[in-house]
Amino acid sequence: MTLDLALFLLLALIAIASALGMLISRNTVYSALYLVLNFVTVAVFYLLLSAPFIAMVQITVYAGAIMVLFLFVIMLLGAEGLPKSEVLPWQKPLAIGLSVLLFAEAAYLLVTKSRPVGNVLPPAEAVNATENLQQLGIALFRDYLLPFEVVSILLLVAMVGAIVLTKKERKARQ
Amino acid sequence: MIPVDYYIILSAILFTIGVLGVLIRRNALIIFMSIELMLNAANLAIVAFGSVFESFSGQIFVFFVIAVAAAEVAVGLALIVEIFRSKRSIDVDQVSSLKG
Repeated sequence: MTLDLALFLLLALIAIASALGMLISRNTVYSALYLVLNFVTVAVFYLLLSAPFIAMVQITVYAGAIMVLFLFVIMLLGAEGLPKSEVLPWQKPLAIGLSVLLFAEAAYLLVTKSRPVGNVLPPAEAVNATENLQQLGIALFRDYLLPFEVVSILLLVAMVGAIVLTKKERKARQ
Repeated sequence: MIPVDYYIILSAILFTIGVLGVLIRRNALIIFMSIELMLNAANLAIVAFGSVFESFSGQIFVFFVIAVAAAEVAVGLALIVEIFRSKRSIDVDQVSSLKG
């Protein structure tokens, strides 16, 4: 029980530290790598929450595909370091103050007002990976078939859109 | 046994850091990464609630969120590449052509 809590706190510390590192690091490549660390930590949280399939999807899609796309664009644009352009001196303190306010509101509303019952089951007592995958697949293809198909159309449209957006300019330029 | 409140608080902290990133950074790519961080925080909260209520709908919803995030990243990064081609910069302060 104590081990669970210690593991949670350590992972939470890594997640928050890597998110802050993403926020404050000057080099965009470092930011992307901090974000990869954050995504992997969140994937471990999914494992602790007995969602192994979502954890693997998180690593392959987020930490794999999406962040590789980010790094590709960063290096394509050569935008590792951007010159500092602080135009509004009061912007940063105001943003920090508003963020703290937002966090206080969210914590108050989520924890005190709509309090969910019970604890998170440890993974050993919950479903195993095969069972999770099986149940998820049945639910996905029986109860959520229409959203699944809509998402596939959305992905197709996004793919075509990305190609059109990046190709038209090149033609006009030549 | 970890109370679900801890996960919700962690999710709120990560979401707040994402909001902070959108508010104080001027680099379009960092702003985009902060949006991804916010989506992740929301996903974490959804899975935590789903785990408490022992329902699979939470995990399926997160699956759809990840798919939509992938589509969003593809289009968004294409837009950033376009902005860089026309402005030679991805500083969002430079994208002010509509300002009177």
